[in-house]
Amino acid sequence: MGSESEEKQCSCKHHKERSDEREGDGGQGISRRGFIASMGAGAAAIATAGRLSAEQKEEAIKSGELAKISLRVNGRTHRMLVEPRWSLLFVIRDRLGLTGIKEGCERGECGSCTVLINGEPRYACMTLAVEAEGMEITTLEGLMKGEELGPVQRAFVEEDAFQCGYCTPGQIMAVEGLLRHSPNPTIEEIRVGVGGNLCRCGAYRNIFRAAQRAAELKSGKGGKS
Amino acid sequence: MKQTEDKMYIDPELVVPETPHPGKPPKPWEKTHVIGKKIVRVDAYQRVSGAARYPSDMILPDMLYGAILRCPHPNAHIKKVDTSKAEKMPGVRTVISGNTPRMNPDFTYQGQGKTKVFDSHCRFEGDCVAAVAAETPYQAWDAVRAIEVEYETLPFVVDELKSLDAKAPKVHGTGNTVKEEKYERGDTAKGFREADKILEMEFRSECQLHTPLERHGCVARWDGDLLTLWESTQGAFIIQREMAQLLNMPMAKVRVIGHYMGGGFGSKLQVSKFTVIAAFLAKATGRPVKMFLTREETFLAVGNRPPAKMKLKAGVRKDGTLTALEFFGIGASGAYPAGGVQLLDWQIRDLYNCPNVRCAGTDVYINAGPARAFRAPGHPQASWALEQMMDALAQALAMDPVELRLKNVPAVSQARGGIPYTSTGLKECLREGAKAFGWDKRKKELARENGKSHIKTGIGMAGGLWFLGGGFGPATVIVKLYSDGSANLNMGAADLGTGFKTVAAMIVSEELGLRLDKIQIENADTGTTQFTMMSGGSKTTPVDGSAVRHAAAHVKQKLLAMAAKDLKLSVADLAIKGGTVVSKTDSSKQKKITEISEFKELSVIVGIGNKDPNPKGKAIEPFAAQFCEVKVNTKTGELEIVRFVASQDSGRIMNRYTYDNQVIGGITMGIGFAATEGRVLDGKQTGKLCNKSWHDYKLPTALDVPPDIESAPVELIDNEANVIGAKGLGEPVTIPTAAAIANAVYNAVGIRFTETPLSPLRICQLLAERSKKG
Repeated sequence: MGSESEEKQCSCKHHKERSDEREGDGGQGISRRGFIASMGAGAAAIATAGRLSAEQKEEAIKSGELAKISLRVNGRTHRMLVEPRWSLLFVIRDRLGLTGIKEGCERGECGSCTVLINGEPRYACMTLAVEAEGMEITTLEGLMKGEELGPVQRAFVEEDAFQCGYCTPGQIMAVEGLLRHSPNPTIEEIRVGVGGNLCRCGAYRNIFRAAQRAAELKSGKGGKS
Repeated sequence: MKQTEDKMYIDPELVVPETPHPGKPPKPWEKTHVIGKKIVRVDAYQRVSGAARYPSDMILPDMLYGAILRCPHPNAHIKKVDTSKAEKMPGVRTVISGNTPRMNPDFTYQGQGKTKVFDSHCRFEGDCVAAVAAETPYQAWDAVRAIEVEYETLPFVVDELKSLDAKAPKVHGTGNTVKEEKYERGDTAKGFREADKILEMEFRSECQLHTPLERHGCVARWDGDLLTLWESTQGAFIIQREMAQLLNMPMAKVRVIGHYMGGGFGSKLQVSKFTVIAAFLAKATGRPVKMFLTREETFLAVGNRPPAKMKLKAGVRKDGTLTALEFFGIGASGAYPAGGVQLLDWQIRDLYNCPNVRCAGTDVYINAGPARAFRAPGHPQASWALEQMMDALAQALAMDPVELRLKNVPAVSQARGGIPYTSTGLKECLREGAKAFGWDKRKKELARENGKSHIKTGIGMAGGLWFLGGGFGPATVIVKLYSDGSANLNMGAADLGTGFKTVAAMIVSEELGLRLDKIQIENADTGTTQFTMMSGGSKTTPVDGSAVRHAAAHVKQKLLAMAAKDLKLSVADLAIKGGTVVSKTDSSKQKKITEISEFKELSVIVGIGNKDPNPKGKAIEPFAAQFCEVKVNTKTGELEIVRFVASQDSGRIMNRYTYDNQVIGGITMGIGFAATEGRVLDGKQTGKLCNKSWHDYKLPTALDVPPDIESAPVELIDNEANVIGAKGLGEPVTIPTAAAIANAVYNAVGIRFTETPLSPLRICQLLAERSKKG
């Protein structure tokens, strides 16, 4: 899989324009939110430290400047330019166009943007894209084999484990992550496993059933599916 | 091209209902083959694979991102808005505000309470001040923060009870009363004289916020004078109509697309300022603009279930018959008229037999975001009062609460002047629910065993009804049957997650004998699908579902007319059997549907269906009874909801999967209303919303709901209501839930909790107060 790398330079005209405008920025890294700004600055320093030579070290990347990163998403490598403050969620959805994962709160409350990072369920809104460099990221799309649904997705269909479907990708990723750790979870483990994923439609009961069904499908005890 | 057997998509095994004569409605289904079964959703693949494109997933070439600067104060005049710094910021393409020429039209909240899109007087925290379009959402928010605004802050009132004080600041200059509603029948004074027992109690239900998972928003794009909006909405045609009015445009030049939407619960029935602003930003820049609110904004500015303060007095005879009910409620519209006491008294008026009823409601202004319809407006609030009162009356009479309710089941809709119901299943819901729950047995068990442990177990129940079971038209649906036997179903209704698309496809399948997977649905697009009202009031299945059946029947009428020409027989002699048109009198005369010459020549038959009017002089209402068991930890105040059983009468069950899913969803939302949710406004110091995030405003999570919720439906097919025999379901399922929980808590610890939410803190407080009193 690793050989399938893909160059995806984010070099639309907007970014070129930005480099002109940057001069007017006056070095003020104004950012979306205070806490993101502090996180962003820290992460930017970490992300760039390896690339900068000794004399350049003091120049931390400012807001609006772009960092060159490569992201491993669903087994493919994407080389791209990102602002250090961009969340992994924004980059996956709006830059890579993988809209399977959803944006519910952008602040680590709802779990709609759950992805697997190195096999662990994580909120993509709470991870900066620059932080995710070098990590193995799996999104909902990554559970599919071409157009074929993965076992957790099939279980969600069979058990009618959703209503509006907006939290569903996150729920599926949470269950996928859970089952990778404990292939045969108890109902309590399932409840905790999806405890960080809100469903306002309230389809939880069926989500629990889907998780149980997915465990069966994954272990080959699927029967009809 | 020859039509081969295997290419035929009509299932020859399926028996198709008789074709009605033109102008006559189809007869009720006698035996169904598809309807009522457990059918996996037709769009399940799309929703679990990421293929479903929600409005918030839209990415258009050259698209900008919009963001809105909102007033941070509950009441303030805008003295000055300076956007000059913001305009020069990186990536910013336009900034608009109340100063921008031609971009600040009048705005109303559902036709009431005139204001401006950017009003110089912001009457609630979160009203719109200015807006930005930029290349990335990050840059848009940078610019929003760089807009300099000079506010003159004004005194505010955010407590609905204080708003009626003479000294309270006036939200709109005059008094803070939006309106007063009154209802009366019989003579309550006489009723109370006849009572053996009279109880009077006060209740309060806290303001609940919708917060669907997909945030409110849209993508706006102009092509010359055509405005296209991809909006997360329950009513594409309503957004179209309201936007056309607001922008003074022809309706035909506004196209609204909302194929998928990530939850609404009533908060996405109407147009919002953000849609107007998105259209302006797109106009000003000549580029598409994506405008999705942040989560905080959805807490502030796009609706709520208003808080309700209620007083209820009830009189009852020894035998359990109610003699009088007196109800007074205060609800808050918010900063603009928005139905603060809308339908608040309906349960009191209509649920139980009672000759003497008096209700009054006062809707008030406060400096907070305007209310919006929220799943069964008014009903869960009043149920919180009425159903706890019924429980208390049963206790006072030493009568079983189920028995007390059974004593008072009404035969007619008293709130509508005594007209009959098309069907009423309240009695059946109470009986079946109690049976499924094991009510009598559990009651005896608990009477014995609920002893020494600090964890107390209790059971409770509540009944309910929803005032509108038959919905409202108009609605038009088109079914296109192709000559290979596949079909397009074209309808305006959205599928909010209720599974309506699946139900609609099942109706077509039932009526025409088509295989479900050969039916393709186009829906919720004002440019290409047919008009319907918004999906609200639990109307979509009864209304749009009926129109689907009419459209399918129309296809069959046309098909028979074409076959009649080939067979040289009269239409009246023909019936459809197993994919073939057969003569009723001579079965040797027949023609395969796919070989009817005119059909083959035309390639398609178009059937049009309209919702027929609801029956005159009849009330259509769904009924409910819910039962639950709870555990209360008397040391920590923790409340665990152990199990729930819901018995609903919503007429015919269309799809047992999606039916049950609605039931568990409604109960989950009711658990939130009862136990975890409540808007907190800082009435003393700032007037601001304290819990505008899901960390601070707690929705029920997977750990707050019982692992199993049982749906034990009562299926009373209601052929008087409409041609599919179904009543609405989405709202009635959430009405009795909270009161059932409160009654179970009472049963567990002997304290009546009259205020929501039943948080551990409140439970501890009341337990402590009781032990202080001794």
